[in-house]
Amino acid sequence: MTGTRQPIERADVGRTPRGAEEPRWVKGLLIAAALAFVLVFLLLPLANVFAQAFAKGWTYCAQSLLDADTRAAIRLTLAVAAITVPLNLLFGLAAAWAIAKFEFRGKSLLITLIDLPFSVSPVVAGLVFVILFGRQGYLGPWLEAHDVQVIFALPGMVLATVFVTFPFVARELIPVMQATGTEQEEAALTLGANGWQTFWHVTLPSVKWGLLYGVILCNARAMGEFGAVSVVSGHITGLTDTLPLRVEKLYHDYNLTAAFTVAGLLALLALLTLVLKTLLEWKQARDDGRVEREPETPTA
Amino acid sequence: MTEKRFNSLPGFGLTMGYTLLYLSVIVLLPLGGLMLRVLQLSWPEFWRLATAPRALAAYELTFGASLVAAGINAVFGTLMAWVLVRYEFPGRRFLDALVDFPFALPTAVAGLTLASLFSANGWLGRFLVPLGIHGAFTSLGVVIALTFIGLPFVVRTLQPVLENLEHEVEEAAATLGAGRLRTFVSVIAPTLLPAVLTGFALALARAIGEYGSVIFIAGNKPFESEIAPLLIVIKLEEYDYPGALALALVLLAISFLLLIGINLLERWARRRQG
Amino acid sequence: MSIELRNVTKRFGGVAAVNNVSFTVQEGELMALLGPSGGGKTTVLRMIAGLEVPSSGDLFIRRQRVNDIPVQRRNIGFVFQNYALFKNMTVFGNVAFGLKIQRWRRQDIAARVAELLEVFELTGLERRYPHQLSGGQRQRVAIARALASKPSVLLLDEPFGAVDAKIRQELREWLVRLHHELNVTTIFVTHDQEEAMEVANRIVIFSRGNLEQVGTPREVYEQPANEFVARFIGVMNVLDLEVRSGVARLHELEFPAPGLADGQRVRIGFRPYAVQLASDVAQFRYRAVIRHTFFLGIMLRLELELASGLILRARITKEEYARLGLADDREVSFQISQYRVLGNEAAALAPEQAVADPPRLAVTDNL
Repeated sequence: MTGTRQPIERADVGRTPRGAEEPRWVKGLLIAAALAFVLVFLLLPLANVFAQAFAKGWTYCAQSLLDADTRAAIRLTLAVAAITVPLNLLFGLAAAWAIAKFEFRGKSLLITLIDLPFSVSPVVAGLVFVILFGRQGYLGPWLEAHDVQVIFALPGMVLATVFVTFPFVARELIPVMQATGTEQEEAALTLGANGWQTFWHVTLPSVKWGLLYGVILCNARAMGEFGAVSVVSGHITGLTDTLPLRVEKLYHDYNLTAAFTVAGLLALLALLTLVLKTLLEWKQARDDGRVEREPETPTA
Repeated sequence: MTEKRFNSLPGFGLTMGYTLLYLSVIVLLPLGGLMLRVLQLSWPEFWRLATAPRALAAYELTFGASLVAAGINAVFGTLMAWVLVRYEFPGRRFLDALVDFPFALPTAVAGLTLASLFSANGWLGRFLVPLGIHGAFTSLGVVIALTFIGLPFVVRTLQPVLENLEHEVEEAAATLGAGRLRTFVSVIAPTLLPAVLTGFALALARAIGEYGSVIFIAGNKPFESEIAPLLIVIKLEEYDYPGALALALVLLAISFLLLIGINLLERWARRRQG
Repeated sequence: MSIELRNVTKRFGGVAAVNNVSFTVQEGELMALLGPSGGGKTTVLRMIAGLEVPSSGDLFIRRQRVNDIPVQRRNIGFVFQNYALFKNMTVFGNVAFGLKIQRWRRQDIAARVAELLEVFELTGLERRYPHQLSGGQRQRVAIARALASKPSVLLLDEPFGAVDAKIRQELREWLVRLHHELNVTTIFVTHDQEEAMEVANRIVIFSRGNLEQVGTPREVYEQPANEFVARFIGVMNVLDLEVRSGVARLHELEFPAPGLADGQRVRIGFRPYAVQLASDVAQFRYRAVIRHTFFLGIMLRLELELASGLILRARITKEEYARLGLADDREVSFQISQYRVLGNEAAALAPEQAVADPPRLAVTDNL
């Protein structure tokens, strides 16, 4: 926002606060307040994780990670995410295509319903599946008779995770697909492409950064989810503990350093997520042509 | 161009069908099952369970702490969004990226590290506890955790609105003789209000359901620092299904109300923006 | 490639965007679909392309009914209003897309794309992305892409809408040349009557989903089918008259209307060039004062005020203006040499030949 008007009657041009800007001291104060808030609420907690993790030195830290139960938790966390993310990705693509490219009645209701899991407490999300599949649940007796374990096992944890991460990909994709409109797809059709070819060559490439963005957020939440998974996991050490649950267990066992080491691993995941997210936002901005080269002089 | 319709693109039936099926299987049917279970309780029983003294204390803490945390976020979120959009300073982009940290950090880790920070020998606790400010294992801890997890909502809701704000409008106010504060109060603030309220409501909704971060820092004493989601978990572990269901329904009802409220707010905000 | 629409209607919800439209485009024509926005012209274009399906009526391409043939198999080239270039593909990728879909061989694709880029003066830009191109370049990429697999008809939706006024003129001439060279049946949509008049062989005029007139630029200008066309194409004086004892009147103006009942209303339109002026106030039947003179290059437009306060517009060349020694506030006499009866009353009123001042059907030079 650089105005072209010049202050006229002052000698110290450039120092003069223009009418539509705050005085420098106000700016400074506001920036300082924001930084202080970020320092206390974001940077200190982050630094504290790593400080506590390394409190007993590198070797202790490494040992905590190599612990058999922690390794089992890592494997389980990866497994849950590996199942959850593709499921929600597929759903996100289908939902975004239907919502962004077509007009139909009840669209805003559908969008609200897709957002619904965000406003349900994770604990309630877990409870919902206990009610369905638990021993006293609707399907409990049948499952028990057929020796199928859902609750206190991987399927239940996946279901709970799918529920809480349900909207991520769809939510990111819908606005991106809406923004690209339908003209490019129609152009592909007029050039002879069928539906799949159009989707594969035109739609997917134009939303790829938004798609990855949604996948990364979905993955972060899937790996980090605590409440919902906690309710359905049964807390069986070495079997149904994901990394966040492992943190809690170590904490309750008063093994603080180990708890922080596992927490540090998750914090690294969060940092990686942030870096990728920032990168993707930049890529998207570049693709949108918002960060553009000098426009060529028209030669038409 | 009102002539636009998209009936030439293929795949509507397939994608819409899959969307509805998946939505039903993952979200609607399970939630419906829960509702059905609650309906099996008689009304007096439900009322007794939902308004037990321990439950009431849990609601009070949950809603009270959530409101305070969302309020703090409304103030500091507005400040952060303003600073990030309007000012150039070293580290601005880093700060911008960091705002999403609470979204990315698993809640258990957040709870763990906040509890450690505010405990008597933590980095902050060692200064605060002697002053009588007990951040860990108290109801204040609940507020701290909920403030942390709700931080990004107001900032991220407000940022695009601020970016789209026409600078000319402020300059117009200035040419009409309004001082900067006056311009902010009568020109800028009314434009931002819907977005701030939306962010506030989003942070509130998230805070009311939050579980992971709070249980690490709150101490979890009944009637004192026990939040409603935790009480559900406790009931469930005691195999008190009716008790858990009654509480869950109260939380769900409030989530839905907030969801509707947020939708209305967003609609209002869009209208405001034109 | 002839195209025919027969009683085509398209409804969106309950609203008819295109209402019972029939017309034919001949092989090799350069046709304009003209009308105000929301008139249905884009919908017609999209139906020809196969991007919309008619609610009723039939669509023929080369005498074959194509209602049920999907867009992919109609062999048309479509240029979208905002070009709809694939943002994730280079210029080469965009132009080659249709050929790849049709599984052309790699070297054939390369040769065809190179040929097109040459024709469209885009050589050297193969590896640019759309956002690195100027508006004019984007448009030429879009047309090259549409023409790559040699479609039998080229459809363009507001082809000049998105470029600035300066290069618009060049693009118009360029489109005419292109059409001349390729001789492919071309239909374009525009809301700019000047553009349609200048570029097209024939024009289809739409308003609110209805077809108002089909004709050459000259036909729609000189013989507008109705008041809408008359007002939409060029400037028109329109009078609302009432019949009294066989004469349609408005203030001092009179037009013979034999056989019409008293009290009936009649609308009459005439072009500014049809107002013949004389400096001698006695030469013609009516008198007026020149209120304003507008300079439009070699032409001048005059605003005439009659004694009754009625305002008429007249058009005259600079030379004529000087010859007659005209100036603002001067009194002149005039007659209306050529006019048309507008609207549905046209049939009821006597044909033009029966009018007292016989209209000169020859086009005056100062058009």
